[in-house]
Amino acid sequence: MTHEEMDIESALRSRAISGDEVAAAARRLARRAEAEGLVDVAYSDVDTPVGNLVVASTRRGLVRVSFGPEPRDRVLEELAEDVSPRMIESPGRLDDVRRQLDDYFEGRRNEFDLTLDWQLSRGFSRRVLEQTYRIPFGEVSTYREMAAAAGSPRGARAAGNALGGNPIPIVVPCHRVLHSGGGIGGYGGGLDRKRFLLRLEGAMKS
Amino acid sequence: MSVHKPPFQALIDDHSADVLRFLRASVGSNDAEDCYQETFISALRAYPRLRDASNLRAWLLTIAGRKAIDHHRGRARRAVPVEHVPEQAVNDAGPRDDFLWEAVRALPPKQRAAVVCRFANDLAYAEIGTVLECSEEAARRNVFEGLRALRANSSTLDAEVIR
Repeated sequence: MTHEEMDIESALRSRAISGDEVAAAARRLARRAEAEGLVDVAYSDVDTPVGNLVVASTRRGLVRVSFGPEPRDRVLEELAEDVSPRMIESPGRLDDVRRQLDDYFEGRRNEFDLTLDWQLSRGFSRRVLEQTYRIPFGEVSTYREMAAAAGSPRGARAAGNALGGNPIPIVVPCHRVLHSGGGIGGYGGGLDRKRFLLRLEGAMKS
Repeated sequence: MSVHKPPFQALIDDHSADVLRFLRASVGSNDAEDCYQETFISALRAYPRLRDASNLRAWLLTIAGRKAIDHHRGRARRAVPVEHVPEQAVNDAGPRDDFLWEAVRALPPKQRAAVVCRFANDLAYAEIGTVLECSEEAARRNVFEGLRALRANSSTLDAEVIR
């Protein structure tokens, strides 16, 4: 290779691009995608006393709330598979959800006023979760009662599974469902979080 | 059968820098951002129908290459001959770079995309082939023909371009 060839090639390689410029272009893109109606799922992170939540909305409403135990990336990949891969991180579209969660955790709100997209639940699970959604703030119910309300009086175990797979925890308050015998039961986000939420709502003594 | 596809945001996070770098080299700094927006908006529209998600960077660069061609065509259509070219401040890195990259932009589309992929994006020939939708060998040839044209060009620009 001659000196001249090397010079052309090295001159071609010497182009830097700054991270700030890339980030700014990506932000404008997110706004434009949203404005053109191309975002099927918008998601954002919300910091709360029970940890970082990933919240996601479709055009129909809130479709997913997650605080683990699955890693954040896995949660997002599942949404891409189950709902649509046209997913954009868009804190703006989740502003209302974030505000209501903040209010709830700060004791200023007892009921969520949000439209839900139930598409991740079907059949019996969906019926159990819809019944759970009606348990008022500060009260609790049991797996057996939820099963019966969903039309299957002997389906307490199946109701427990449905609640364990609740795609919209906290807002659909599966933490308010306990064992008939008085035990606390299970919780997808861990029992510490379940106790925290029940205390926050005054349904459990500290 | 559906293909496993990551959330589109992952494509933005992982490949924005590469697409911008490719477009700056292909159309210049002033128009790169517009072409970047067009590239990702087209990709987002087509994403649910995409069948092969094995090389998403190459897929995005293929779209960016088409946007660059559209851009050059549009500019050629809009161009109006003038008697005197007004003096303009050039906004790129250095004068030497400008001449060289102007020469790259004047290459035929395939050679231009190949040279840009090779030197602005540092891609291997196999991936350049994927971007250009041709074989690895054809990609290699396009890079070398592009370089040869640039070298031939550089003898006329000699003083400024190659010290």
